[in-house]
Amino acid sequence: MKDQLNKILQNAKDKLEQAKDRADIEDIRVKVLGKKGELTAILKSMGQLSKDERKELGQAANKARAEIEQLINNKFEEAKEAAKALRFKKERIDVTEPGKSIGLGVKHPLTITIEEISRIFMSMGFSIAEGPEVETVFYNFDALNAGPNHPARDWSDTFYINDDVLLRTQTSPVQVRTLLKQKPPIKVISPGRCFRCDTPDATHSPMFHQVEGLVVDEGITMADLKGTLDSMAKQLFGSSTKTKFRPHHFPFTEPSAEMDVTCFKCGGKGCRVCKGSGWIEILGCGMVHPNVLKVGNVDTEKYTGFAFGMGVERIAMLKYGIDDIRLFYENDMRFIEQFK
Amino acid sequence: MLVPIEWLKDYTDINVSTEEFCDRMIMSGSNLETVEYFGEDIKKVVVGKIVKIEKHPDADKLRVCRVDVGEEDMLQIICGAPNVYEGAMVPVALHKSHIPGPLHGQPKQEGGVKITKGKLRGVESFGMICSAGELGFDDKVVPVFIKDGIWLLPDDLVPGTDFVEAMGIKNAVVDFEITPNRPDCLAMMGMAREAAATFGTELKYPDTQCQNETDEKAEDYISIEIKNPDLCKRYAGRIVTDVKIEQSPWWLQKRLMYAGMRPINNIVDITNFVMLEYGQPMHAFDIRQLEDSKIIVETAKEGEKFTTLDETERTLTGDMLMIKDGKKPVAIAGVMGGLNSEIEEDTTTILVESANFNGDSIRATSKKLGLRTEASSRFEKGIDPNLCQAAADRFCRLVEILGCGKVAKGTVDVYPAVEEAKSVDVRVDRVNSVLGIDLSREEMVSMLEALEMKVEGEGNIMTVTPPTVRQDLLEEVDYIEEVARMYGYDKMPVTLPKSNTEATKPETWVLKDLARDTLCAMGLDEIQTYSFVSPKGVDNIRLGEETWERNFVRILNPLGEENSVMRTVLTPNMLEVLGRNYSRKLESAKAFEIGNTFFGSINDPMGLPEEHDALCIGLYGDGADFFTLKGIIVELLKIMGINDIEFIPEENCGAYHPGRCARIMVNILDYVLRHKDEIDTTDPEALAPVELGIMGEVHPDVAEKYGINTRTYCCELRFNIMADIANVEKAFKPLPKYPAATRDIAVVVDDDIPVGQMVSIITFAGGELLEDVKLFDIYRGEQAGEGKKSVAFTLTYRDPEKTLTDEEVTEVHDKIVNALTTGVEAVLREM
Repeated sequence: MKDQLNKILQNAKDKLEQAKDRADIEDIRVKVLGKKGELTAILKSMGQLSKDERKELGQAANKARAEIEQLINNKFEEAKEAAKALRFKKERIDVTEPGKSIGLGVKHPLTITIEEISRIFMSMGFSIAEGPEVETVFYNFDALNAGPNHPARDWSDTFYINDDVLLRTQTSPVQVRTLLKQKPPIKVISPGRCFRCDTPDATHSPMFHQVEGLVVDEGITMADLKGTLDSMAKQLFGSSTKTKFRPHHFPFTEPSAEMDVTCFKCGGKGCRVCKGSGWIEILGCGMVHPNVLKVGNVDTEKYTGFAFGMGVERIAMLKYGIDDIRLFYENDMRFIEQFK
Repeated sequence: MLVPIEWLKDYTDINVSTEEFCDRMIMSGSNLETVEYFGEDIKKVVVGKIVKIEKHPDADKLRVCRVDVGEEDMLQIICGAPNVYEGAMVPVALHKSHIPGPLHGQPKQEGGVKITKGKLRGVESFGMICSAGELGFDDKVVPVFIKDGIWLLPDDLVPGTDFVEAMGIKNAVVDFEITPNRPDCLAMMGMAREAAATFGTELKYPDTQCQNETDEKAEDYISIEIKNPDLCKRYAGRIVTDVKIEQSPWWLQKRLMYAGMRPINNIVDITNFVMLEYGQPMHAFDIRQLEDSKIIVETAKEGEKFTTLDETERTLTGDMLMIKDGKKPVAIAGVMGGLNSEIEEDTTTILVESANFNGDSIRATSKKLGLRTEASSRFEKGIDPNLCQAAADRFCRLVEILGCGKVAKGTVDVYPAVEEAKSVDVRVDRVNSVLGIDLSREEMVSMLEALEMKVEGEGNIMTVTPPTVRQDLLEEVDYIEEVARMYGYDKMPVTLPKSNTEATKPETWVLKDLARDTLCAMGLDEIQTYSFVSPKGVDNIRLGEETWERNFVRILNPLGEENSVMRTVLTPNMLEVLGRNYSRKLESAKAFEIGNTFFGSINDPMGLPEEHDALCIGLYGDGADFFTLKGIIVELLKIMGINDIEFIPEENCGAYHPGRCARIMVNILDYVLRHKDEIDTTDPEALAPVELGIMGEVHPDVAEKYGINTRTYCCELRFNIMADIANVEKAFKPLPKYPAATRDIAVVVDDDIPVGQMVSIITFAGGELLEDVKLFDIYRGEQAGEGKKSVAFTLTYRDPEKTLTDEEVTEVHDKIVNALTTGVEAVLREM
């Protein structure tokens, strides 16, 4: 019977060797280990044997059974892997085919620029304030220390609705509104649309955006103005950016300055963007003129402040290398989608 | 303000390169536009003498010149200019020379022009005889006598010598940008004062001392009377006799040319020279034309006619200040002289006027007449009346130097109220605290003194008196700026404000951000369009005659009709943008804009219009349809916490397809409950649904107006209302503990029954156990029957407290079926 066992074992091994798929293996399993299988038959016939023989043969039979089971399981595993490999082969795709677009939209580059500037100033404790696009002459000019003959008041420079109402030429009126509403310390920026009588061309637009800012508190100095704007420039244009403040004149600030930054195209060596100078003018700024603070009933002996204003289009044009301001308002989707 | 460096050196020493000069001037407050280097790009141009002129054999307008250029052989050069003559000294560009150009009658060429020998109509030409324009001078500064031809050079030059050297052409001219607060810098003296202070050099005044005054007295020639002292602070006149009108010497012409003025004749040139030097406009009258030997300064007669130097007759108004003689007007004060008293070739005696007129009056006159001159623009900006005497004296001294007349003794000077400088107390500690620096009094004083200011007082107080030309210095802060720029902005420390402030954003700003983010996430691109639009936009979108969108805020002085009113809707701009993209062959576009709309208001105390935020969405192509747009709107409103919305069919909005348009209504009960303290809940109006806007497929006629030949979808929403009722607060609801049961239902109804109505019926009948209704199919066709449709929903039931039994679900489900049957005559279909 032992021989028989060995034969069964060998036979099972041989057959398994030739099995092609799960069905073949299952077939072998049934034939050997099934209720009517060869091994089962031997175990059933053991009743005729002596106790010792039974014990001996039983052990051998169980060993053979375990061996065959192990073989079958291995073979099953093998077959499963083979089937998987076959499936993977069939399911192979061309990964170079284009992806399915989720199709996100994009904000207008001017919005992106305003958001970036706003984020920088908010990180320095500035709040955002807004005001109307149609403003009074008082807020836009009178309260900002622009004399009655200031050239900006001309009909050739400013759009008027009537003698007292105009399209704001700057967002500074928001600062006046803030001064009238709020007590120092004040730290605000006012982004928004502005209007001036410029016929559209590559560098002029009758409508444009500004971000202006105002700080009023005890002990504010021109050094604070420099520090704040220098920090802003480094955050906006990169940490290696340097700033230069040049004297200038604005009615609502004194002393007044213009700020240049090192050209972010050439880093200051001189190129087409900076017209060879290495510097690019970015904004106007200065210490708030006492006459402006007085409009807001601020004690000019106790408080000082600084203000600044920058053109959003200009910054966006410089940052992205846009050569025509009209592109912003043409809204060609191929233009806007470049800022994704 | 064009400042030739060579000229500036007359008044102060400049011992640095032009580059360094410019850099330091910029940092001390004199910003500049450009620097032009004259003469740098003129190479191989020499002085030549035309020895012989012959006619060109083949061209009437050309002549063959033989020119002595200092070499053994004469050069043969063809020339077309009419003003050449035998014996004339001219600039000659030799073979292989370089000139800045442009060539006569040609456009300006970047980098200049190379001149080589060549043939002109068959005759060889070994160079070119040049005009001033060809040598780099702007046409408007070329002296009158060579305006239309070759540059005729002084006779005392030597043929063959280098032209640039012989004429002293090389010069850097700096164009300074003068801000409106510094009219004193519109003069060489003003710029010299700045330069001297910047470089610590001495300021030298021009020579104003006549050496050979005659025995005649000015007052014997003229008497002066000011009838409107409010409009004329001062009128000074001097007399020059034995005048010889001729060309000015080259050194003077050259300076005028570099400074941007055209040399005309010696007397006019001197008035211009002195104006550039001091900033004081001057005018010369031919004394023969001044009747009664009188000058009277007074306003014009209303409606009076007067012909100015430019031979234009002008009608005067009663507020215009005039210079008159005993009988008639002879000049419009500070604007332009009259043709009737012009200097002529044979003029022998002149009155030179050095006067100070009120800037506002000059501005008004100049504006009314549409006549802006160099003089008027200077008076407008404000001039120091104390300059009149020095300028008149300088004029006379230059007449002497040029030898073109004899100066009579004395000045007739009417100066009723002498203007004195106002001194201001400036605190040393205040200067330091505003600038964030720590300068001593001595340091500040020396900076102010360098600017010709007088400083008195002691300790913390500096009592500063500026020179009277500095009319911009009125209060302490003005002097703080003077110290700041003299010290150098670049030397100030860099610090940050010490106070901490909380950074806040307006609520609407946050919501606009949210809306932009949401719409972009759904694939829409943001656009930005002008706030001012054409009033025709509302016609183009076919809005009715009586609609409120036609109540425009109008601009008085628009650039054109297309930008003449403030927008009341965003849709026309959106369609214009979509049309532009469509015409550029973009297959699809999905866009939105959030922006202000404007409405005239009678309520605003300051007369300002109301400004409302609006949101516009526009789509075409890429399979977009009505429901794409509706889906976007619903999702956006959901993100903003606006859930209870209804879409009401609208057939009568001209902008939209009558069968594919809806008004978007929102039930605001939820909002009212949240704000019950502020809202009068007994007012039924306050509880009524609010219209958020309108959406739909753009009417084909409207689309066509914008050149769009495909189905286009658009909506206009009142973003300000959305922002008002938005609720972005989020609250957690526990996840369901018990399972849901879902059942599908399909019914056949008349085709015109709105799905919205069916959903309402189902929701109402389903009560609390019905958790969700989802439409999953609409079928129209044979099996549904003519004029019918089959509508299928998945209904989800759930009890938050327990697992629902089959019986419980069936009970509710049957109720729903019954409600549909009675409500819309629905017939149940077997699933």
